[in-house]
Order: sequence, then structure tokens, then C-alpha cells
Amino acid sequence: MRHVALTVNGTRHELELEPRELLVYVLRDKLGLTGTNVGCDTSSCGACTVIVDGAAAKSCTLLGVQVDGAEITTIEGLATNGELHPVQQAFHDHHALQCGYCTPGMVMAAVSLIEHGNASSEAAIREGLEGNLCRCTGYHNIVVAVQEAATSIGSAS
Amino acid sequence: MSATEERTSYIGAPVKRREDRSLLTGQGTFVDNMTPTGTLAMVVVRSPYASARVTSVAADEARKAEGVVAVFTAADLQDDWKAAMPCAWPVTEDMKNPPHYPLTETPRYQGDGVAVVLAETRAQAKDAAELVEVGYDAGDAIVDISKALEDGATLVHPDLGTNECYVWRLDTDATGEAIDDADVVVTRRYVQPRLIPNAIEPRAVLAVPGLVDDVTLYSATQIPHILRVLVAATLGMHESKLRVVAPDVGGGFGSKLDVYAEELLAVALARRLGTPVKWVEERSEGYLATIHGRDFVTEYTLGATKDGTITHCRAKVKAAMGAYLQLVTPGVPLLGAWIYGGPYAIPNYSVEFTGVFTNTTPTDAYRGAGRPEATYVIERTMDALADELEMDRVELRRKNFIKEFPHTLASGLTIDSGDYDASLDKLLELLDLGSLQAEQAQRRENAGEKQLGVGFSTYNEMCGLAPSRILGAIRYAAGGWDSATIRCLPTGSVQVITGTSPHGQGHETAWAQIVADQLGCDIDVVEVLHGDTSISSVGMDTYGSRSLPVGGVALWHAGEKVIEKARQIVAHQWEVAADDLEFGEGAFRVKGSPDKETTLAAVAFGAWAAHDLPDGMEPTLEATAVYDPPNFSWPAGAHAAVVEVDTETGDARLVRYVAVDDVGAVVNPVIVDGQIHGGITQGIATALYEEALYDEDGNLQTANLVTYLVPTAFELPSYELERTESRSPTNPLGVKGVGETGTIAAAPAVINAVVDALSHLGVKDIQMPATPERVWRAIEEAKK
Repeated sequence: MRHVALTVNGTRHELELEPRELLVYVLRDKLGLTGTNVGCDTSSCGACTVIVDGAAAKSCTLLGVQVDGAEITTIEGLATNGELHPVQQAFHDHHALQCGYCTPGMVMAAVSLIEHGNASSEAAIREGLEGNLCRCTGYHNIVVAVQEAATSIGSAS
Repeated sequence: MSATEERTSYIGAPVKRREDRSLLTGQGTFVDNMTPTGTLAMVVVRSPYASARVTSVAADEARKAEGVVAVFTAADLQDDWKAAMPCAWPVTEDMKNPPHYPLTETPRYQGDGVAVVLAETRAQAKDAAELVEVGYDAGDAIVDISKALEDGATLVHPDLGTNECYVWRLDTDATGEAIDDADVVVTRRYVQPRLIPNAIEPRAVLAVPGLVDDVTLYSATQIPHILRVLVAATLGMHESKLRVVAPDVGGGFGSKLDVYAEELLAVALARRLGTPVKWVEERSEGYLATIHGRDFVTEYTLGATKDGTITHCRAKVKAAMGAYLQLVTPGVPLLGAWIYGGPYAIPNYSVEFTGVFTNTTPTDAYRGAGRPEATYVIERTMDALADELEMDRVELRRKNFIKEFPHTLASGLTIDSGDYDASLDKLLELLDLGSLQAEQAQRRENAGEKQLGVGFSTYNEMCGLAPSRILGAIRYAAGGWDSATIRCLPTGSVQVITGTSPHGQGHETAWAQIVADQLGCDIDVVEVLHGDTSISSVGMDTYGSRSLPVGGVALWHAGEKVIEKARQIVAHQWEVAADDLEFGEGAFRVKGSPDKETTLAAVAFGAWAAHDLPDGMEPTLEATAVYDPPNFSWPAGAHAAVVEVDTETGDARLVRYVAVDDVGAVVNPVIVDGQIHGGITQGIATALYEEALYDEDGNLQTANLVTYLVPTAFELPSYELERTESRSPTNPLGVKGVGETGTIAAAPAVINAVVDALSHLGVKDIQMPATPERVWRAIEEAKK
């Protein structure tokens, strides 16, 4: 067991982890943050995407012990005081989710894409979301939503 | 939309989904998010061989491993099963249905379960599963459906003496005279690749034992009601002792329309051990353990006169069953059996399906089920026939369209409504074909690397499963009705209980739209409950684009019953004849006296208080309706794909995709568009990317999401959608199904476009998926 300290959605956690535990299972099983979903076992689907120290990361590709000291944001930490983040709001406004299983990862990937200034065009968004699979929407409305969120975040800042 | 706007406008309005909030904030109730205290993790030990006999299972090391509670083999559990795993569709009297149990000693496909391990944590169970030593005597396998029917082929089930599961025919031209008389006959052979559905939520099961010999089964399923019936029957339980819950379910596409070994194992073991048992599929495990789709080989013939009038169609289909028959495996081809003539008026018709066993994961209904397979061969062959006749491919289609509705097909069923020319006209308007053809000509002249192609697919399909009598006539074991209850609560809220089971379709929103319109109430007071057999006890669930045209119509009928009961109450209280009352905008008035009114909500309170009801009337205002559709629903449309093909690398890329669909009346246009977007994408995926491949020994070669290519946003364009609307005359909402149309239409449009891009080089066909290698080889082959 290894001692690890993590800050998740602004709350600091001290944990004793087995070295083999993946971050996604630390979040889900140890911290009860089940919003981050697991969709594959090959790091292909991106459903488990979270933001680690400001950058999107598939939480199935990181060990819990690797992120000692990190600041992590999960889907549960995105809305503030009950108000949806602009990306969440745009997903709702443009029907960018159906079953909702890929959605947490897709939203977190989109948030990071926008924050890093990589959502400037439809082509850039499509390329930027290449690591996230959705089987319901055909991505059409996801791309529309991310474009709108990028615009609204851009004009607000 | 707020209540102050036009009240009658919920139907047809782009109401935003009430489902979204929890899913967008990480509060979804997916099965793996539930872990009651004491839950044991179940892991299945699976055969690595496609055909084998288990000679030994040594589990002592596993049993001693940390956290392990139990290990069970097939022999340990054989008395738990009162029946084999269910197949509900024995399509012929003599269909062969070898029994299959949740664990086996004779695996017949890679992934067949041979043992289970239960431990305190998933990691412990996985570690222990590695310690279970299974001895196998491996045998030969057969994976190719054509070779499986040859003399001397390896047999999947030697005791059957054949790999042929059944032969099923529908024939109006038994003599073949019509085909002999045709001026032009085109016959082509097509391969439908085997597909893996890939709902992004893998399957997951949690069985929780209760205190009175009862069990609650939470499952990522499309069919909680059917599952309850069949799990209870297979385990010999009273149905009353089993509650099935489908919480948030992360997509299905048919892959969660089944009764699976893991559902039966979890319930059986929760009963044995008296503790909750959970199994969560890993993606790569699911590639073996969850049903596949398609895997057909079809020989398709069209006969026509010189002027392009089609006189005959004939399909001879070999359809892979896999190693065993799952819930509706043998019936999948039949779901397309009546539409091998497409949207065309073809007087002579014959189809023949041969179901074939192979040592592969069982197939079953994957999005479209039988209809994409039919539409593909029709629409590819329409292009080939146009070539043969030297006719324009669009005009050939138009010339043969069914023009008048209702139309009884040579295959025997009757199309409810449609206007096929209208969809095609609108498509051509959006497409601007002239400009595309000019650019194509230019590129051909320049002989550059990147050539342009345009492909069409004009389709119809039958969905809205299904009229129960027809299902009975084609030997399906259950009915095709659905049920709805509307309960007007005393404070003005309305409770809706539906027998459909959404897993992404947005029924909570769309059903509320229908009820709020019909009862004239605010949409926010309508709650929609589903997916739990203790709440919605009667239903037939969600698949086959049935939820709206069957379940939604049941809802409408329940609403009519509610209004009628309320009318009797008001007539009694006002001492007027019921016929003198009119109902509109949520209130009753006496005809001609608009000033006096009473709202439905007030009547509901009165019915709850029950102080002043007609003699003999039961208190409360609620009604249940069970609706059995008189016909299938028949969506149709016209799609076009524009592709750019790199003739040096073989890479084919979609440039545009334009679709005009007619799905009848639309309840929520945004949800409908979303269904079409997703459907088209799965059709494009079939055409260009996805294919499950086995080696000759039955090892799945495309064994995970790295080697099986599910397209990402990067591979796809935005879609251009429009609609036409032919209301269905068979139901009061005028609705048809929409869940599968895109998948049914898209694949042939894309392949027709790829072939069109290369036709000047002599390419006439490319097998799906049109990978760079296949495209490149087709170009090289055409040069010879």
C-alpha cells in the first residue's frame, strides 16, 4: 500500500492505495465518484476522461499512485452552485447526448479542448475529440454543442 | 417551453430532454454505479477455444486465493437450470436449437463460459480466475457460413449431423417463370460483415437477494419485462419472486435485447449465497460474450423489362446464427423478409433464408436487424441494374417506386402510407447533383488522385414491432403490444407508466409531450416512470423502432380513457349529458357555454375524494391501455452520400451525407434527428470501418476496440437532414418508428458512392467495409 494525497473537485483526500489501482477505480470505488464511466479496457473509448492538473486525461491510463499531489476535476465538479458549466449547458441545449454513458468523458474532453484553445473550428473539434467514442449521436450534435460552448466561453472571457 | 405558450404545441416541438441533467452531472444510475454492502464480484472463466471439451477444472488454488468466496463449474450448477437458455423464435417447425446453458463443458465458441469465480472485490475475482486451471481437448472449428454448408464440413454440433439450422421461404414465383421472362437479369453476391454492436456502456448485472426468497435483478438491458418472464422460467422461479430493474442504460442497439448467461448466473448465485452478486463486462470480454450482428451472404437477383420496369426480385440468403440461438437469433433475417423489394412495386417475389451454425459468438438483432441486410442488396443491385440498362440510377428508382398507398406488397404485407417521390425530390434539391457531377467530370478529366463519387439509397422499412397475430403466424413466442397507464394525481400532477424501456431514446421527455398535449396540462407536472417491473409491471420493452408507434400509441389510448372517465364524472356532477360536454385545453365545458368550465385537475381531485361520483364508478382518475398495432409502421426516405476516394491509397472519406426521411408525424424533432444521426453513423461504420473477423480456428481477430474500428468524430462529416411527413393512418398519432432508419439506409448509399467514384476505372463492386486495402485492390483488379 502506498500513501497518496489527491485533490478532487476541490476536496483533498488522503488514501492508501495498491500500486496497481487505476485512477478511474480510485475515483469510482474509493471516492464514490461514479460519474466517471468505464467503457473499455484498451484506453480507446475516453468515457473515463477527467482533467488532471489542467489537462484532459483518460483516467484508465493513470495509476492512482502516479497522480499523488495532483488536482483533479471530474464531471461531478464541473457545475458550480447548481449552475451547469457552459459545455454541459450546450450539450443539453443541442441534444448532444442520448444514453449519456460517454457524456462525462466527452464533456471533460471538450472542456479541456476549449480551455487550451483547440476548439476554433469544426475540423479542430472533430480532431480534438478523436479519443472519445460515442455510439448514439454520430457526434453531429456534440460538435455543434462544443462549437457553441467555445464561442460562449470565448466571449465571456 | 413554458406553460404560457400555446398548449397544444408540445407534440412537434423541440422540447429539451429532462433526462439530461443527471447524465450531464455524473449522477447516472448505471448498474455499475450500484454496490450494495456485501456485494460479491463475479468473473466468468471463458473458453479460449472455439470448439473443445473440458477435461478438467482445477479450482483449489483459486478457492484459496485472497477474498475468494466460491468457484462454480458447469457441473456444480447444472441443477439450477430448469430449462436451457431461451430462444423465443423457432422460425420453422424443424428448426434445430441445440441447448445452451450458462456454463458448459463443451464450449462451441471462443468465450463460452466454463466456470465462475466470486470474490469480495473485482480485482480479487479477476486474479483468482487466472488461477482456475481448465483442461481442454480442443477440436476443429468452422467459422465461414458458406463452407459450413459444404459436404464434410466440420460440425459445430456433431450430434445434429449438419450445420444447417433451418430453411425458411417466402415465395410468390415458385416456378421462376417471371425471372425467365425478364429482358434483363442482374444477379450479384454480397457479403454483410459481422458486426459488434458496441454500446458504450458494457453489459452489467447486479442480483440482490431479498428476505422472502425473492431477487431484484438490475441489468443493463433493453427488456426488463421480457427478462423477468424468461429468467424466472429458466430458473424455475415464480415470476412474483423476481423484480427486474433497468436503471439508466448506456445504449443497446439490440445488444441488450437478450437473455444472457451472466443474468442467469447472477440470479442463481445470489439465491445460493444469499448475498448480492455483480458482474460487469469488460469491453474485450464483451466482444466474445455479447451478441454480434449481420454475417450474411446473399445472392440477389433483379429482373426487369428493357424499359426498366422491375418484374422480379429474388434473394437467397445464408445467415450466421453463431454457435447457439439467443433470444431472437433465427428470426433476424425474417425481420427483413417482406422488404427485399424495397420501395419498388415488384410483382414477383421470392426469398429463402438458410440459418447456419458456426463456431462463433451467437448473432442476434443488431440495429436494423434483417432490414439493413435487405436494403443493402437491393440498393447495390439497383445501381447494377441501371448500369445494365444504361439508365440513370435515380430515374430507375423513381420509375419503380410504389406510388399509391396503402400498398399491398407481393410479399403479402401492406404499407400504411408514404410518398417516395417527395423524399427523393427534396433530396435532389438539397444535394445539387448537377454541380457534384460537374466536379466529378472535372476530376476524372484531370485524372488526379482524389476522385469524387455520389451514391443513393432510397429505402423503406417495416418496424414498430409488431402486430401480435402476425408474430404468432411467423412463430414468434410472444406478442407485440405495449401498455401504458395514466394516473391523474389529486394535486394536479400526472403519473405516466410505460411498458417501453428507454436506453437513450428520451421517452421521459417525449411521452410527457404526448400526455401534456392530450390532457392539456403543463409538461412539468407529467412524470414518466419505466424500467422497473415493480412499477411498470406490464410491457414489451424497447427494440425494433417500436416504442413510439406501439408504446406511445398505448399512451394516447390511455389518455382517451382518462378523458372519457372524467367526462362521465363531470356530466354526473353538472347533470348534463356526457355528449354535451367538450374537452379542450385541459378543461370540460358544455358545448355552446364556454364560460363555465372545470379542469381535468379539478376532476382528478374530485375522483380522488370520491364524494360525488356516478353510482358504481370506481374512485380515482386513471386508466390503462394495452395497444396491439394493426400493422407494422413503414418509414421510408432517400439518402445520398458524397465520398472522396484517394486512388493511390484507397482511402475513402465522406464529404457530405444528405438524408431525407419520412417517419410519419414527429413528436420531438430534435430527438428524431438525433436518432437519425446515430443510425446513419452506424450504417457508415458498416460501409467503411467495422468488421469482426475470425481466423480459421475460431479466434476472434478483431478482439478489442483497438482492432475493431468504431468511427470517431474525426472520420465523419456533419449531416444534412430534412424530413417529409406521411402520417401513418394506422394510429391516432400518425407516427412511425425512427430508431433504425439511418442504419438501414446508409451503408448502400456510401458503397454506391465509393463505386461511383471509381466506376470510370472499371470498378463495379467493393465488399464492405471499403477499407483502403479493399479499395486499392479493387482499383488494381480493374486495371487487369
